[in-house]
Amino acid sequence: MAYSEKVIDHYTHPRNVGTLDKAKKNVGTGLVGAPECGDVMRLQIEVDDNNVITDAKFKTFGCGSAIASSSLATEWLKGKTVDQAMEIDNMDIVEELALPPVKIHCSVLAEDAIKSAINDYRVKNGFEPIQLEKSHH
Amino acid sequence: MLYLDNLQIMLELPIYLDNNATTPMDPRVLEAMLPYFTNKFGNAASRNHSFGWVAEEAVDYARGQVAKIIGATEKEIIFTSGATESNNLAIKGVYEMYQQKGNHIITVVTEHKCVLDSAHHIERIGGKVTYLQVKPDGLIDLKELEDAITDKTILISVMYANNEIGVIQPVKEISAIAHKHGVLFHTDATQAVGKIPVDVIADGIDLLSFTGHKLYGPKGCGALYVRRKNPRVKVTAQIDGGGHERGMRSGTLNVPGIVGFGKACEIAMEEMASESVRLAALRDKLEKGVTVMEETYVNGNTQNRLPHVCNVSFKYVEGEGLMMAMKDLAVSSGSACTSASLEPSYVLKSLGLNDDLAHSSIRFGLGRFTTEEEVDYAIEVTKKAVTHLRELSPLWEMFKEGIDLDSIEWAEH
Ligand SMILES: Cc1ncc(COP(=O)(O)O)c(C=O)c1O
Ligand code: FES
Repeated sequence: MAYSEKVIDHYTHPRNVGTLDKAKKNVGTGLVGAPECGDVMRLQIEVDDNNVITDAKFKTFGCGSAIASSSLATEWLKGKTVDQAMEIDNMDIVEELALPPVKIHCSVLAEDAIKSAINDYRVKNGFEPIQLEKSHH
Repeated sequence: MLYLDNLQIMLELPIYLDNNATTPMDPRVLEAMLPYFTNKFGNAASRNHSFGWVAEEAVDYARGQVAKIIGATEKEIIFTSGATESNNLAIKGVYEMYQQKGNHIITVVTEHKCVLDSAHHIERIGGKVTYLQVKPDGLIDLKELEDAITDKTILISVMYANNEIGVIQPVKEISAIAHKHGVLFHTDATQAVGKIPVDVIADGIDLLSFTGHKLYGPKGCGALYVRRKNPRVKVTAQIDGGGHERGMRSGTLNVPGIVGFGKACEIAMEEMASESVRLAALRDKLEKGVTVMEETYVNGNTQNRLPHVCNVSFKYVEGEGLMMAMKDLAVSSGSACTSASLEPSYVLKSLGLNDDLAHSSIRFGLGRFTTEEEVDYAIEVTKKAVTHLRELSPLWEMFKEGIDLDSIEWAEH
């Protein structure tokens, strides 16, 4: 299978690889997937007092599309408010990266990672976690 | 890095290291085939003019070359479209022919899909199949094999060497057990013929499948060996028609393919001894070179193994992602992400490998045209890619922090 140029770009030059201090109250961490399934994504956000995401980092164990999806997600997250971040849909990622059907689940994982990071942040700061729809896969 | 750049200048990229999937054709094979596409185009079954005779003569000659590499005689070779067809014919053909004797066959979970699916077919039409498990090194347990034999067993089918890990089964011992119980022994020797010595007499083989394109011959041409003496074995044809190949496989013979297959066998026989020594040394160099990295594991038995293949798991990186980083190397992976089924390699899983290690595996398959410079380059590219991906891997980070990954509750999906 050939990869789109955007996937290759994110894969070769992944943005925002790294780790934020998960002990900090304004950092939310999402860890989704499982080693047995061949994909694990960890996505972290740092949020300021105005509910704006000031930093985002990821690390991913998975295929090229999974790495590209999470790299793209961190790019999109920065500067968004938490509420805006909640709106990111996996199909936006599919479209932007031109992922083929067999790679849609890699983008689903990225959406799950975003939501899971946001929920971690919410719970840490005394909000109710947002009920997520059942996983699409 | 400079070293890499220097190497790269001398190399033509990408480098082909997937010789267990298929091999490039040897130019000498192509040369032998060419006349049979054009002026020597006859149908080998045309008995009444010289076009037919020329084709028939070429097929007879090739049949001798193909027979010789496995120690058989010409009359024991049935030409097919490849090992898939040969395996189908062997398993279904023996089942149909010997149904009166019994309805049970024995095979192994690590067989190629075409053997396993033929076995499933036998089950669908009322037969019984035992699928033997393998030990963690990929070899079968001979006692388990013998215990599985019943008075209804008519066939044991065990591959000579495995396509993913290269492990060579104890074929002589298996055939001895089969014959002790009056059971026929078939082996899928697709990966072995032309790479290591295979001899149907010494090995006690009753039926053997192999194919041209794994030994520097053309695709779409293979053979089934069917023993004619001690015992005389018969298979029921699966393709009916004009009665070619002594009625066991109808269809106009693929003359250029057969000529090429024959030539490929002849060359392989001549060069096997030196080629296998050269490739084993290169393979060992590659294997040593990449396993100096921590948390890398060689899959399968390394004592009884084909000389040109190694299968390595690079823990904490995922195989498809890894192949993408090794884009100048053509290799294959047991990762699920490379297959439509999203299931990692069943061969690696049957060794007892955890799914995560199966997902992290790469198969390197060297071949006749692999050079030492290519191996050196492959080592550097692989190390660089694994290091890059481990920097991206949350699992690697956790491992480095001493976190037990098994203690985490993963959200399975
Ligand atoms: C062990 C084994 N058996 C059978 C086959 C099928 O051979 P062919 O491609 O000639 O049908 C292969 C090759 O893919 C193989 O590796
Ligand atoms: S992570 Fe498996 S296909 Fe993308």
